[in-house]
Formats: sequence, C-alpha cells, structure tokens
Amino acid sequence: MTEKISSACSRSSCAPVTETPVCGCPSNAGSSEIRPTTSTISFANKLDHFLARWGVNRMGHIIVPGLYRLGVPTPDSPVIVTANYTLSFDAVRSALKGADCYILILDTNGVNVWCAAGKGTFGTDELVRRIDVTGLVSVVNHRVLVLPQLGAPGVSAHEVQRKSGFRVEYGPVRARDLPAFLSTRKATPEMRRVTFPVIDRVVLTPVEFVPAVLPTIIVAVVLYFLAGPVAALAPFAAVLAGTVLFPALLPLLPTKDFSTKGLILGVIVALPFSVTFVSNPVLPSWAISLAALAPLLIMPAVTAYLALNFTGASTFTSRTGVKKEIFRYIPVMVAIAAIGVVCGAILGILHLMRGI
Amino acid sequence: MFDSYRETTLKYYPDRCINCRRCTQVCPHGVFAEGKEHAELVNAPACMECGACAGNCPVQAIEVESGVGCAAAMIGAALWGKDMDSGGCGCGKGSCCGEK
Repeated sequence: MTEKISSACSRSSCAPVTETPVCGCPSNAGSSEIRPTTSTISFANKLDHFLARWGVNRMGHIIVPGLYRLGVPTPDSPVIVTANYTLSFDAVRSALKGADCYILILDTNGVNVWCAAGKGTFGTDELVRRIDVTGLVSVVNHRVLVLPQLGAPGVSAHEVQRKSGFRVEYGPVRARDLPAFLSTRKATPEMRRVTFPVIDRVVLTPVEFVPAVLPTIIVAVVLYFLAGPVAALAPFAAVLAGTVLFPALLPLLPTKDFSTKGLILGVIVALPFSVTFVSNPVLPSWAISLAALAPLLIMPAVTAYLALNFTGASTFTSRTGVKKEIFRYIPVMVAIAAIGVVCGAILGILHLMRGI
Repeated sequence: MFDSYRETTLKYYPDRCINCRRCTQVCPHGVFAEGKEHAELVNAPACMECGACAGNCPVQAIEVESGVGCAAAMIGAALWGKDMDSGGCGCGKGSCCGEK
C-alpha cells in the first residue's frame, strides 16, 4: 500500500521505500504527494462522526490537508475541493462512490466548509496556496476546480482564477448531489438551496445540550435543597427545552424571532411546574403566588436565551437580524429572570428560616 | 411584530451587473434569480448576509455587510465591551455553527 501512496512520484525511485508512510522522493518530497482514499466509511469513521456530533474533542476531527485521489483518476479527472473536517471529507468521499477523481483538502483547522468560509479559512488565499503546494498544475491537464457552494462566502472565484489560473465551478450545497452535478456540470435549483430539515436540526442538539449540562446540574442541586425535588427538575426542563425541543420544533413554533419562539416554548414547559407549586396545600396563599410566578419567569428566560443562541447553528438567520434580536430581547430575558429569581429567593429564605 | 429579519444590509446595483450569474449560483436562499439583462433581486428578505454573492461578483454590483449571525459570539463581544461586528464566531468553544 505504501508504494501506492504517491502517483506523483515515479515508481522506480519510490519502490524501495516501503517502510515510510509517505513518499520519500527528494523531488516530490513534502506535501506534493497524493494520498489515496476510498469511499468506504469504516466503523472508526462512524465513531469519529458520533464523537464529533457530541462535541468530544471538538477541534480534533481533522484530516491532513492536501491532495487525495479517489479511485484511479487520470489527468483529466475532476478536482473536488473540501475542508479538513472529517465530517466534510467523509461526506464527499462517500458520496463519490465509484468515481475517479482528486479531492483537494484545504486547511480549515478542522472546521466544516460553511463555517470556515464564514471565517475566511476556507477562502481564496488558502485555496491558492493549497493549489501551489500540492503541485496541482502538474497533476491535472485541465484548470477547473469544483468547490462546494457553501464555500463561496470565503472564496472569490474571479480572484482564484486570476491568482492560480484555475476556474472555480460551484457545485451543489450537499455532497450527496455531487455525482449528479459531475455528470451534467449543472446544479438544479434544489441542489443550490440550503434547507434545515428536522434531521439536520436534531443532529445538532447534543452539541447544544452538552455544554449546558454541568451548570444545569449545579443549579438543580441547589434547588433540590432549597425547594425540593420538583423544583430541581425545572432547570433540566428549561435547558432541554432550549437545546433539544427548540431545534426539533423550530418551524412549528409561532413568530419568526428565535427569542419569542423560545419564550413561548419556555412558558409551555414552565406551566406544569407552576401548576404543581400552586396545588401545594401547605403553602400560604401569598407564597403560592410567588411559587407559581418563579418558574413562569425564570424558565422562559433560560429557554429563550438558549433559543437565541441557536441562531448560530441555523442556516438562515442574518447578522443584522440576530443583532436586532439581541438588543430587543436580551434586556427582557434578564429582567424577567431577575424578577423570577427574587421571587424564588424570597421563598427559599422563608423555607430555610421558617420551614414552610 | 416579532420579526427581526425583514431588513438586511444587502445592496444591489443592477446597472453594474454583467450577467455572469455567479450570484445565482452561490446564494443558498435564492435571493437572486437569472434575468435577461442582469440578475434579478427576487427575495431580499431571505438574505442571511453570508457574503457569497458580493465576494464572487467580479464587478462589485452587490454589497453586503457579511458576517456570521452567531448570537453567542455577539453577546460575548457586547458583554466584554468589544465591537459586536469585529469578532468572528467562536466555533469550537460553544454551541455554534451548523455542521454542514
């Protein structure tokens, strides 16, 4: 396998180097090698995808940038460009089953194409540099690159052509449409549209939920001692609503703003807690009002804040709109949460002092 | 009411357009459509300000203040007294970015 690693280096000079994993040709040393790859997604790949989805070692799901060959490409074979994030690369290579082509992987620090394009790491400069260091000019006869459409925010096609001589063709949004695109070199309007179906939203929920787990547990423990087991469930309900239910129900929730959608969902989730506290016969009536108010104020604020944060994961919110949401709703969230915490604190203090 | 997404910073100057159709290829939300003489701005409110059209327009017929609409990063910047528009998104640290 090792001697097949680089087709760019001549077999005669490379043949003896069977122990080293990379081609040892002096003339082609370094990154000009062409690494082989396949369309097979192994168990190890699947495990890696699973861990990436759960946010484990978030920035560690990387592939060595450079030129790869899939199948048995010729100098006329297409060159597909992607990011050095395992989920991106694996989506591309598995979609191209049976194809003979080159895959050029840019160094995006292990970030997916769209986000990397937004930051500019999947961009004109890196693309031109990668074309240069891989010696792509001498590998293929043509001067065409197929880029993912979602790489476009970071790339100026005309700049790439001017600087490298390669013409950029924007392929489809989704890797699974690559075979259809490559056969016609045309993307249908559907292939060009970004959607955000329920499966795409739900698959993001672990990354949303995991960072919130520890603070939620801490708050729950405190509430358990201050107000009992039912109250200890409230933070979990609010956080799960914001990080899991909200993404799942996104288009079904009324209003357009994420914050108001979150507030509505938060009220719905808080109601059972409110009702439970109201039906507690031990409390005096004024305390019942406070106990009913506290979850109705705090939980929607928490859920709405998490909902607003989901704009970063969504596929359609503009910066202008998100900024407007921040200025409109963050003060509201802070205010209602603060009033709710005061209600809860009064109850907690009385609970500790008088045992009600 | 409760729609913060009606206005965007997208500006289109059709008189400069050379009808290369790049914008119709790169826009993920069908904001531009192919036209006879020049590209047509058909769905401006759908713009998410990703900047793909402006960056790929060879004649600067499109302008947009592009940026990642990441609330976590912007709230962080606002809280620490930094410019909300300067920072990118803090991907990798918190909950941000669709894994496309």
